[in-house]
Amino acid sequence: MSSRPFLDIVKLEKSFDTPRGKLTVLSDFHLQVEEGKFISVIGHSGCGKSTVLSMVAGLTEPTDGNIVVGNREIEGPGPDRAVVFQSPSLFPWMTAMENVRLGVDQVFPHATPSQRTDICAWYLSRVGLAREMDKKAMDLSQGQKQRVGIARAFALRPRMLLLDEPFGMLDALTRAELQEVLLDVWARDRITAMMITHDIDEALFLSDEVVMMTSGPHARVGEIVPVDLPRPRSRREVLSHPDYYRLRQQLLNFLEGPASHSPVASRAAA
Amino acid sequence: MRNLVRLTDTLGLTWLTPVARLAAGEDPREQFRAILFEIGVPFMAILVFLMLWAGIASSIHTSLGTLPGPGATWTQATSMIAEYRAEKLREAEFYQEQKRKNNERLARNPNARTTNWQYTGKPTYLDQIKTSLVTVFTGFLIASLIAVPVGLLCGLSKVVMAALNPLIQIFKPVSPLAWLPIVTMGVSALYLREIGWLPKSFVISAFTVALCSLWPSLINTALGVASIDRDYVNVARVLRLPFGVRVFRIYLPASLPLVFTGLRLSLGVGWMVLIAAEMLAQNPGLGKFVWDEFQNGSSESLARIVVAVLTIGVVGFFLDRTMVILQRLVSFGRPVNA
Repeated sequence: MSSRPFLDIVKLEKSFDTPRGKLTVLSDFHLQVEEGKFISVIGHSGCGKSTVLSMVAGLTEPTDGNIVVGNREIEGPGPDRAVVFQSPSLFPWMTAMENVRLGVDQVFPHATPSQRTDICAWYLSRVGLAREMDKKAMDLSQGQKQRVGIARAFALRPRMLLLDEPFGMLDALTRAELQEVLLDVWARDRITAMMITHDIDEALFLSDEVVMMTSGPHARVGEIVPVDLPRPRSRREVLSHPDYYRLRQQLLNFLEGPASHSPVASRAAA
Repeated sequence: MRNLVRLTDTLGLTWLTPVARLAAGEDPREQFRAILFEIGVPFMAILVFLMLWAGIASSIHTSLGTLPGPGATWTQATSMIAEYRAEKLREAEFYQEQKRKNNERLARNPNARTTNWQYTGKPTYLDQIKTSLVTVFTGFLIASLIAVPVGLLCGLSKVVMAALNPLIQIFKPVSPLAWLPIVTMGVSALYLREIGWLPKSFVISAFTVALCSLWPSLINTALGVASIDRDYVNVARVLRLPFGVRVFRIYLPASLPLVFTGLRLSLGVGWMVLIAAEMLAQNPGLGKFVWDEFQNGSSESLARIVVAVLTIGVVGFFLDRTMVILQRLVSFGRPVNA
């Protein structure tokens, strides 16, 4: 056990009690991620991919199985695993700065107030909000709000970054813009990141690996596709890379093929 | 002008909005139609109401003469304002006279004793409105100081909620008239020495108002805190915010719109309860005024009571507007139903 992967999910299971009996959304889910990697988890809606992320964040209790982050089993939610939620989830009565500051105050209790302000200001300017820091969150556009969400997560200096369909509520143009912002900030810190998405191009543009889940119930990892596109990436280079369309086709085949729909068939294929 | 349009919206004066828009130079035809609808229709309705009132009132003969119509009420209102002016004039004369006498005495003998009496005329109608307002706000303040923290605890803890819910449900529908004897006896037991600035009748009325008006605030605060956005809770959990930070920086601000909905309902209930409480506790406000006029039974009494009824309505309306404005200010851009 000298080199256990940074994120180690072993035999994870999640079931819910429903009026029609127990529903096992997820079972026998294994996943290993090396430190500093950016992985995307992709799958059909309702397959339980957000549940996986919520369990890694500690917001949802697994029914069975273990989640180890950096050699420690997780215990509830904490700022060491920062989450960027699908809806920006900013507090509208606070300014952009105050929203970021709320977490920074918890994580850096020994820093002076001006040091904390500097940390917040640094990340807010990294996401392109140098001028909007003192605006109330409710006066920001949807895209700006999610920028604050990203800054808030990075400013915690987390060991792991969890992104739950972070751009799902944005229009296509803003989404592309924010993917680049995210990549830019991530490239500096190289925090191990796990992103849930249903957008193939987004997954390919950002990740080192794309994890495809089979459809639920009893969803699990179906196939892992390594994305060996060179970093730093620019959208134009990625799109013109000779491997890009092959990778894209591979993901599409899985999502449209039988493996993603029937757990039995996928087990036979594996 | 744009600001004027926004101001009329914020103040809830929607019927003024088209006028402001017209002044801002927007399409006149559309604005005139809006004016016709927002101002014309209510105006017609009020006119019809006045006519019905006049018609019905004149055909009901009571032991104190016919019921007062709009005309009699108007005459009475103007005469009440005249009474107020006359009383103020007497008060000013009294103080002037007192000062003149004191000066005279001091002129004769620099060490003479001066007198400084308070004017003790009977309270004017406006004084009575003022007393009622002070009483209702005192009761409302007591109610809020209890209801908001208790509501917060109910919203935060399922245990507290389960414990208090039956009590809330049982005490909420109790009429102020039922509380009043108990409050009277309770206050009498504790209020042993007469305190000049805090009359017993005032304390009784204020506490009755508080007892009856705290429920909407309590329930809405609890609801607001309990139904806080899941995402906010998750952010707070991920950041591991300490309890105090959670409550004061997240739970309370997030539930402010509902807290203010509750406060608004409470103030409305409080104002209604106050009139009944004042009648029975003899607190010198509008309730006592109505009761005294009823007991008095002069030919003018009924018209004076109608003036009081309209005053109660108008004051209640303005209290409600004030709360709506406050509610809008804390609603972070979400719409508030007026």
